[in-house]
Amino acid sequence: MEDTILSIEGIHKQFDTVKALDGVSIDVRRGEFLTLLGPSGCGKTTLLRIIAGLEHPDEGRILLNGQDVTDWEPNRREVNTVFQNYALFPHMNVERNISYGLRLRKVPKEEAHRRVEEMLELVQLAGFGQRMPSQLSGGQRQRVAIARALVCQPAVLLLDEPLGALDLQLRRQMQTELKSLQKRLGITFVYITHDQEEALNMSDRIGILHNGRLEQLGTPDDIYERPITRFAAQFIGQSNMVEAQVLDQDPDGLLTLRYAGGTIKAKGQAQPGELLTLSVRTERVKYGKDTRYGFDLSGTVKAHTYTGGMLRTTLLLPDGQELTVSGMGGSDERVAVGTQVHIQWDPACSAIVERREPGEKA
Amino acid sequence: MKKRKSSGKALSLGALPMLLWTLVFVAIPLLYILWMSFMKRSATWGVVAQFTLDSYQKILSPTYLKVFAQSMWVALLTTLFTLLLGYPFAYFTAKLPRRARSAVLMLLVVPFWTNSLVRIYGWMILLRSQGVLNNLFLSLGLIDQPLKMLYTFGSVLIGMIYALIPFMILSIYSSVEKMDWSLVEAARDLGASAWRAFFTVTLPQTAPGIMAGCVLVFVPSVGLFFISDLMGGAKTVLLGNLIRNELLTARDWPTGAALSMVMMILSMGMIALYKRLAGDKSLEGLL
Repeated sequence: MEDTILSIEGIHKQFDTVKALDGVSIDVRRGEFLTLLGPSGCGKTTLLRIIAGLEHPDEGRILLNGQDVTDWEPNRREVNTVFQNYALFPHMNVERNISYGLRLRKVPKEEAHRRVEEMLELVQLAGFGQRMPSQLSGGQRQRVAIARALVCQPAVLLLDEPLGALDLQLRRQMQTELKSLQKRLGITFVYITHDQEEALNMSDRIGILHNGRLEQLGTPDDIYERPITRFAAQFIGQSNMVEAQVLDQDPDGLLTLRYAGGTIKAKGQAQPGELLTLSVRTERVKYGKDTRYGFDLSGTVKAHTYTGGMLRTTLLLPDGQELTVSGMGGSDERVAVGTQVHIQWDPACSAIVERREPGEKA
Repeated sequence: MKKRKSSGKALSLGALPMLLWTLVFVAIPLLYILWMSFMKRSATWGVVAQFTLDSYQKILSPTYLKVFAQSMWVALLTTLFTLLLGYPFAYFTAKLPRRARSAVLMLLVVPFWTNSLVRIYGWMILLRSQGVLNNLFLSLGLIDQPLKMLYTFGSVLIGMIYALIPFMILSIYSSVEKMDWSLVEAARDLGASAWRAFFTVTLPQTAPGIMAGCVLVFVPSVGLFFISDLMGGAKTVLLGNLIRNELLTARDWPTGAALSMVMMILSMGMIALYKRLAGDKSLEGLL
């Protein structure tokens, strides 16, 4: 692909007995905001450090602008990192911190000064040049770290949970600022976080890492609406995992499946007899007096949990399984606990995350 | 790092034991020596309580001034060499795995459990003309004549460096160990070569340890006398030797006291100079 700026090719990395990365490949497009999302220990920081050149992979290659940089020292690579703890030089003031990379590149003093001022303007810290890092708040340090990395005009900017240390309100604000900064500058961002909300609202694409493997790579919509693995479905948002057996493949692309003593419909292709695990987002599940979408599934309302904006309802199915439903709160009308209801959801809104042949163990 | 509050404010009660301790063990003995340095020499023992500047006049003579200069020179060289040798040692020790690290530090400290005189005699056995090194070189045919290694300026310097280098290493080690290595990674990431990152980040970050080490080596090296006595023959006379001679051999207590005062002032001057050069935080490594 011609617009690929960074290729991560089959990266393996082992630390002692722990496999940190197990064959990860991603092509990062020029100018995109790519987020690597995963729980702690999934290998995302290791991957970032390998891109930056701070770690060497056991196997695999890193290509930057089509050039193999796997064996390059970090200082030769056209990438810069915003570190999780910011790693500002405590013995230099803000201006000297930001101009550090420019001084190494022997940028003339006048020009360096101008670019530092521009950067300070950009991250809304104009006039802070003479402060020491210890005199700044967490959010301000974070901006300095971004300015210091951006001033070198890297091909790719790597960000290692840059908002992790900030409180929630500041984090929301910085998310918006970072996103608009990235749009304005058009620099490729590779962003690491374990916060799904952050990932969903900032990214062009998200890669979900789990146990050193890439589970799924796609747009936020893909990732949320069409998870392809059980982990991806469970890590982001709230899902019901529905284990059902295929009864029939309808000609219109719908499957009829047996589930909890009833039948349900799902979009997809499968052989009769196959066991599928479907991910159904809790907000997609509907219940009431009517039957729709060709479903024949009933259950009883077991409990409601009210959390202000949201009402979470637990439904009990005939075979003892439970389904979680989330709906809008703010209404006084609630179906009484113990009521018998019909349950259904739009068959297009479930995603197949696992399949097994009949008889195959889970 | 927080700035300490100015000590001008009312002292809390908790500081009282410290104050008392300082008064009894530091201030009073010092004042006594200061007083003694302005007294007249007694013909037999101690001093005669009569004010005079004789002692200070005496030590302004060229002979004494030459010893001052020599002492300062030796102390400076000792500090420089312990720094040059100690820094890489401390640096790589701090980067070792935990277990190896404590083993190395242990080896560094163990010799302190034996008498320093014994250790200096060890060096003498190594260096003297019929000593271990000379015999080795002779038998290897590297030299025809035994080299004169002991009783030289160089051997005094070796002894000093040997005796004082642990202070340098331990000070720097504690600084390097506290080092935030992500700063070095940040420097490398921003385009610094490994050496550049060392000089622009690691060195400034470990400066408190370097400063502390320099003070801890420089100050005692002005006053150490037994090393120059044993390893320098009678040729290298340092300030420490002079004070010892005045007090114990010549029994000229006022001159010994005056020399001690001068030595103290010189040392304090050096510390003040360090502080000037390195800023306020330079001595933090000592604490």
